[in-house]
Amino acid sequence: MSAPKAAPSPSGKPDAGSTPLLTVSGVNKAFGGLQALSDISLQVHTGEIFGLIGPNGAGKTTLFNALTGLYSIDRGEIRLNGQRIEGRKPHQVLCAGLARTFQNIRLFAEMTALENVLVGRHARTSSGVVGAVLRLPGTRREEADSRERAHALLKRVGIAQHAHHLAKNLPYGDQRRLEIARALATEPRLLALDEPAAGMNPAERAALRELLLQLQSDGLTLLLIEHDVKLVMGLCTRLAVLDYGVKIAEGTPDVVSRDPKVIAAYLGDETL
Amino acid sequence: MSSALSLNKTRSRWLTFGLLALGLALLPFLVDAGLGRSWVRLLDLALLYVMLALGLNIVVGYAGLLDLGYVAFYALGAYVYAWLSSPHFGLHLPFWAVLPLGAALAALFGVLLGAPTLRLRGDYLAIVTLGFGEIIRIFLNNLNAPVNITNGPQGINLIDPVRLGSFDLSQSHALFGYTFTGIHLTYYLFLLFTLMVIFISMRLEDSRIGRAWVAIREDEIAAAATGINTRNLKLLAFAMGATFGGLAGGLFASFQGFISPESFNLMESIMILCMIVLGGMGHIPGVIFGAVVLTLLPEALRYTGDWQRNLFGRIYIDPADLRMLLFGVALVAVMLYRPAGLLPSTRRRREFADAQG
Repeated sequence: MSAPKAAPSPSGKPDAGSTPLLTVSGVNKAFGGLQALSDISLQVHTGEIFGLIGPNGAGKTTLFNALTGLYSIDRGEIRLNGQRIEGRKPHQVLCAGLARTFQNIRLFAEMTALENVLVGRHARTSSGVVGAVLRLPGTRREEADSRERAHALLKRVGIAQHAHHLAKNLPYGDQRRLEIARALATEPRLLALDEPAAGMNPAERAALRELLLQLQSDGLTLLLIEHDVKLVMGLCTRLAVLDYGVKIAEGTPDVVSRDPKVIAAYLGDETL
Repeated sequence: MSSALSLNKTRSRWLTFGLLALGLALLPFLVDAGLGRSWVRLLDLALLYVMLALGLNIVVGYAGLLDLGYVAFYALGAYVYAWLSSPHFGLHLPFWAVLPLGAALAALFGVLLGAPTLRLRGDYLAIVTLGFGEIIRIFLNNLNAPVNITNGPQGINLIDPVRLGSFDLSQSHALFGYTFTGIHLTYYLFLLFTLMVIFISMRLEDSRIGRAWVAIREDEIAAAATGINTRNLKLLAFAMGATFGGLAGGLFASFQGFISPESFNLMESIMILCMIVLGGMGHIPGVIFGAVVLTLLPEALRYTGDWQRNLFGRIYIDPADLRMLLFGVALVAVMLYRPAGLLPSTRRRREFADAQG
C-alpha cells in the first residue's frame, strides 16, 4: 500500500487486485442455549481497515475470540491468507499472522513496557534453554535484534519514554498503545483491535487515528471493533454490523449508516 | 571520563566478587571455629536447600504455578542415586554418571506430572501437585514387595559418598598443610553445584524463555494470544524445576549415606515453598537468603533451652516446642511486615508499595 486512505473508496468494493486476507464463512458459536454467533460470514481484504460494530452484547468480542483461537467454534470455517485457522490454538493463530489486542487491556502488568514488547517477539524467535544459559552467539544476536525492534516499536507508537516503566504504571492511553506495540512485535499480517479508543480522551483518539492510518499505509490490514462512530466512519474502508449474533449489514460506512436495520438495532425498532 | 568511570565500576565489581569468593571459601572454617562442626553440616544442608528453592522458584516464582509436590523430584533424584550407587542392587556407578541420570529422571517426571495439570490454576493446581507428591512418597514406601525396589520404610543404607577416583569426599584429607574433613569438602562440592544452579537461574530469567514464563504468570490468556505456547513452556518450567530438585536429591543421598521415604514428606515441600515466599518470590538473591535463613533458624532456636537455663536456672518450655512456636511467630511477623519477602525484587517491592500507597 502506498498512501494512507483516510476516506473509504466510494464504490464500497475493495480495490481491484486486492485479495481476501481473512475469510469467515458460516461461523456459529453457542454458549449453552445462547446463540452468540449465527452464520457469520465476512471477508477482510488486504490493506483495508475493516470495522466491526454493533450494540453491546452483539457478539463482536465473541467473534474476535473465535478468530484468535480463544474459543472453539461449533460450525464454520475461518481462513487467513488461504490457511484454515479455526480449531487452532491461540499461539498457532498468531504464528499464522493474526495478532490482537483486548477490550479490557491485558498487559503483563509486572513487566516493563520494553519486556512486554519483547514477549511479542517470542513467536518470531527460537532460542532455547541451552542458548539462553550459554549465551550462544545466535541467541545474543537474536536478543539484540529483538531489543532493537522493541525499542523501535515503542518509539513508533509514541511511548519510548516509558520503555523501562512497569506496564501497569503507564497512563491508560499509553497502555493501549503498548498493547498495540506488543501485537506489532509479532509481525502480524492482520491486526485485530478490540475497542482501541475506549476510555481515551479526544487528543489520544486523534493520535490513535493517525497511528492506525500509518499502520495501514505500511501495508498492515486492520480489523477494528469500535464504539466511537465518528472514529469508525472516518477510518474504516468497510464495516460489518452485528446484532444478537447475526450480521445485519455490511458495506461502506455511508451505506451502513443509512441502513434501516442498523438504525433499528441502535435506536430500537418501532415496529416491535 | 566515562571510560575511567566504567573502569572504576568494573574494578569495584571485581573487588566485590573477589571478597565474596574469599568469604565463601573461608566460611566453613570460620563457622567451624566459631560455632562448631555441626554448623558446618548445616551449612551443607543450607546449600542443598538453596538449590531446591531455586528449582521451585522457576515453577512458582517465574511461571506462577503453585506446586506443593516439589519434594517428589528431590526424592526421585535421591533414590536414583541410591539405586545406582549402593549395595542395594550391588551397583556402584560413579557420581558424575548418577547425578545427571537422577536429574534427567526427575525432569521426565516433572513433565509426566505436569502434563495432567496444565489446565489447572492456583488452588486446584496446588491440591493436585500435593497429591502427586504424596503418591510418589507412598510408592517409595510400598515398593518393597513383591520385588524389593525401594526397601520400603527402612530406606536404603550405605549409599556411596562422592568419589573422584580414589579421592573419597566423605573422609578427611590433608591438603596444602590443612586438614579438610568430609563435611568441609562436601561444602565445596555443594557450593560448586549451587553456583551452577544460580548461574543457570540468572541466565534463564533474563532470556526469551524467562520472559515467557513471567508472561504466563502475569496473564496466561494474553501470553497465549501473544504467541507463547503455554503448554510447552509450563512443561519446560516443571522440567527445569524438577532437574534442580533431582540434582539436589542425588547430592543429598551421597551426603547422608542413607535415605528413606520419611525424608520426603509434605512438610519438606511446604518448607521449600516458605523459603521462596519469605525470601522474595521470583528474585534469586531473595530465594537464596530465604533458603539459608529457614535452614539455619530452626537450628538456632534449639539454643532456647540453654537461654532458659541461663536466665531462669531451669527449663520451663521444652526447646523443641518453643522452637516451632518461635518459628511460627517469625513467619507471621515476616508476612505482616514484609509481605513481599525479606529481599523482594525491586519490582515486587514497588508493587506492594503501590498497593498500600
